[in-house]
Amino acid sequence: MLTKRIIPCLDVMDGRVVKGTNFINLRDAGSAVELAERYYAEGADELVFLDITASVEKRKTLLNLVIEVADVIRIPFTVGGGITEIGDIEKLLNAGAEKISLNSSIVNNPKLISEASKQFGSQAVVAAIDIKDINGVHKVFIKGGREETKLIGLDWCKEVVDLGAGEILLTSMDKDGTKEGFDLEFLKKLTDSVSVPVIASGGAGNKEHFLKAFSIANVDACLAASLFHYKELEIKELKEYLKNNNVEVRV
Amino acid sequence: MIALIDSGAGNVASVANVLKDLNAEYILTKREIDICNADKIIFPGVGEASFAVRQLHILNLFNLLRIVKKPMLGICLGMQLMCEKLVEGNSAGLGIFPVSTEIFSKDKVKVPHMGWNKVEIIENQKLFDGINNNEYYYYANSFYVPINEYTIAKSNHGSDFSASIKKDNYYGVQFHPEKSGAAGIKLLKNFIELC
Repeated sequence: MLTKRIIPCLDVMDGRVVKGTNFINLRDAGSAVELAERYYAEGADELVFLDITASVEKRKTLLNLVIEVADVIRIPFTVGGGITEIGDIEKLLNAGAEKISLNSSIVNNPKLISEASKQFGSQAVVAAIDIKDINGVHKVFIKGGREETKLIGLDWCKEVVDLGAGEILLTSMDKDGTKEGFDLEFLKKLTDSVSVPVIASGGAGNKEHFLKAFSIANVDACLAASLFHYKELEIKELKEYLKNNNVEVRV
Repeated sequence: MIALIDSGAGNVASVANVLKDLNAEYILTKREIDICNADKIIFPGVGEASFAVRQLHILNLFNLLRIVKKPMLGICLGMQLMCEKLVEGNSAGLGIFPVSTEIFSKDKVKVPHMGWNKVEIIENQKLFDGINNNEYYYYANSFYVPINEYTIAKSNHGSDFSASIKKDNYYGVQFHPEKSGAAGIKLLKNFIELC
């Protein structure tokens, strides 16, 4: 049986890890490569890197990051942030990333998912979807949460799977940075509706939140950032807790 | 010298990084001559099966890989390509293992089968020397090789499937040792030093 996965997420700007609340107020959390090494040693199951560098040099910084990270860790990692072209995906995967994550670009160009999954396999294509409750409807947001789209969260999740995405990274913007727990209600609906693995993101504040996401919402993986960066929760301690509560994890 | 076949698949760089860790001499290659001169072959692969088969034909490696007598390790799609028939893209594989791949059922389990899964060793082989039974390895596959007479280790995702197969000089692992931390490095070390 597959184990449930614990995934530290590193938002990277110019090689440094940054973290904010509700996508704003960014603060520095150290070197991306050094943090990756730390998480590898501590037993993380995989890592996610989201490049939020806002420069024209972005492509190069992302590729360099992948090369440097692939040199030091021996677990899978996903990389995302502003990827819009098949050629870029190919370079990132060939440099050692296991998966690429697509977000704003697939809203503008859904064909990118089908093209990427056809060429590299669906296991390499993660659809990162940011949702926010607008008057009781979970709407999809893009551009780092700055722009609302017309898309309805659950419908869009199903559509990206039909197009060939092999995994969904679902971030609840309402929960992100709050430490109140994951959006269990939406995540449960999502895992009931799609056949691909789901990564829960946004809201992790303590061990119980992870347990609930796995046992109630039945997600396949949980992602968190600041909680791990600032050592508020150690991965080893979290996994021991989950194991003691009958969640199968790799320890 | 190990010939690491550059099949254009994504995990080649990661395998190369582990070979560097192990101080193993290797050449990243697509050429027949390098494979002929090598002591061992590692055949990584991810992506789509029929595309990968076509690549082998274009590179003129298909028949060579069928008949080589040196130890060869196929990883993930590289293992599946050594089978007779590939349901993905309905193509003919190298035919070393007389089995057909199958697809995981979306009605029963999550597809792709992605993440860390236990590997149960069925037959003690040098490839798993010093590796604990039920060690975790990282997988990312939608297709699998069913249990057959050449299965030396298995995992379970809805039902049992081949985690590793071996026949003569041919070894296959469905998981990604290059992405499986210390346990994966150990397996690649075993292939290089013992197989």
